[in-house]
Amino acid sequence: MALTGSPPPGSFARTGRGARLLGGGRSGTVISTASTLVVLGALAAIFLLAPGARAVEHAFFSPPHMWQSFIGNPRQGYYSVGAAIWLNIRMFVVAEILILALALLIALIRQSTHPALFPIRILGTGYVDFFRGVPLILVIFAIGLGIPALSLPVLSTQSNAVYGVAALVLSYSAYVSEVYRAGLNSVHQSQVAAARSLGLPHRQALRYVILPQALRNIIPPLLNDFISLQKDTALVGVLGTIEANKAADIYSEQVFNFSSFTVAAILFLILTIPLARFTDRLIERDRRRRLAGATP
Amino acid sequence: MSAGGEASLPVAGHEAIRIEGLHKSFGANEVLKGIDLAVATHEVVCLIGASGSGKSTLLRCVNLLEPINSGRISLWGQEVTGPGIDPNLVRRHVGIVFQAFNLFPHMTVLRNVTLAPAKVRRVSRAEAEAEARALLARFGLADKEADFPDRLSGGQQQRVAIVRALAMKPQIMLLDEVTSALDPELVAEVLDVIRELAATGMTMVIATHEMGFARDIAHRVCFLEEGRIIEDAPPAELFTSPRDERTRRFLRRIVDAGRL
Repeated sequence: MALTGSPPPGSFARTGRGARLLGGGRSGTVISTASTLVVLGALAAIFLLAPGARAVEHAFFSPPHMWQSFIGNPRQGYYSVGAAIWLNIRMFVVAEILILALALLIALIRQSTHPALFPIRILGTGYVDFFRGVPLILVIFAIGLGIPALSLPVLSTQSNAVYGVAALVLSYSAYVSEVYRAGLNSVHQSQVAAARSLGLPHRQALRYVILPQALRNIIPPLLNDFISLQKDTALVGVLGTIEANKAADIYSEQVFNFSSFTVAAILFLILTIPLARFTDRLIERDRRRRLAGATP
Repeated sequence: MSAGGEASLPVAGHEAIRIEGLHKSFGANEVLKGIDLAVATHEVVCLIGASGSGKSTLLRCVNLLEPINSGRISLWGQEVTGPGIDPNLVRRHVGIVFQAFNLFPHMTVLRNVTLAPAKVRRVSRAEAEAEARALLARFGLADKEADFPDRLSGGQQQRVAIVRALAMKPQIMLLDEVTSALDPELVAEVLDVIRELAATGMTMVIATHEMGFARDIAHRVCFLEEGRIIEDAPPAELFTSPRDERTRRFLRRIVDAGRL
């Protein structure tokens, strides 16, 4: 009996509805655009036709209130949300730099194998367990209220924004150190062997061979954490620091309109979306690079 | 003493490697069960044996990549498995090439080759690059220096790995099944490189499954089984009239598989 059968009768082409829906690129674009419009239209209809639509529109989406809260008016007793977001940006940038450094240190300590470093390793593990387990807002309260109460020179006389950044750094470093650790573990042991076999000491093998590869692998999750960090700078407002969220809060209390929060939300979106798209691009680039490598 | 970054181990003497009573376990699994082996300067010794017989572990022990459980390894008469030995100094003189190449994927070919000379031997970047280019040209890789490893064929990657080890100017080269991960048509180009190395008088210990190659190049062939050297003889003797029954059985399987 022959191993190769005769070809089946007929064609393999898809027929009917499937053929039309899954057709070429242009009709695909038309379909996706149409479905997007339908979904958005449905959502808008639900929102606009709801019994309380008028009230919500006035309370959250009033253009004059949005503009007023955006530019602020100190004489009326409220601050500019637009100016306050600048503090969020500064807190974010400073915190991010410190987190990258502190988290790497913690990760390297936890990855070390030298017996003499055992006590520090335990400390590192305890640190990560503690700060990953305690809600960030409690850390902010503890630092922001506790450190000034200690009445120490210098340490107790900082601004609330500084305490807020300190709390963000302490909390996020615990998460980010775990991301680093995953990255370090993602580099195969054979790379360590190759580096050490050439006579590179541990430190140099880490610096030139292991870390560069580890960092490449963790850029997407790292940026993910930083998008989260950008938003969480809003929590520092609980200490009374006039960042965007607090400024919006003050506006709503003075004027009894919540449109200021909408402004803050829009400003945070403007900050985070570019970082999110940038993350997507890096992931895509990495994927393409690896595919290109697989079939040279 | 190593201010110039050059050789600090005594290279004089006839005996390059001496391994005595070497035992090595991974947990409860004893991989090497008492290895004794001496390799003379300029000698080429091939290690043959089934996968898991301990060939790779033995080479990794000589490069000090694996701590040993007991026994001793001496290079040029100096014990390197005792206390107070800087493994980084030892490794400068003992190059190793791995089955899976282990090139640094984030570096160009040139940087792969110059990294260790620049950082460990402390030669200037320009000098390291000049040396690297000369070595790459010698092994037919002159046009690859700007490429990243994943753009190269397996044979090219393995040649780069050999060049990378040679750039440290080692006196001993350990080759760990360097052709086992290659497509058959790429094996020859790598074996040619090793032949050229042997012709220059490089002391080498080669773990290999290429029996024909071992017969051509080796001064001595050692057959390993279950962590022991069963037979140690010149290739003409070991391949044509093996003394031990276990060697005969192994070679028969190789012949049956059409590999010899």
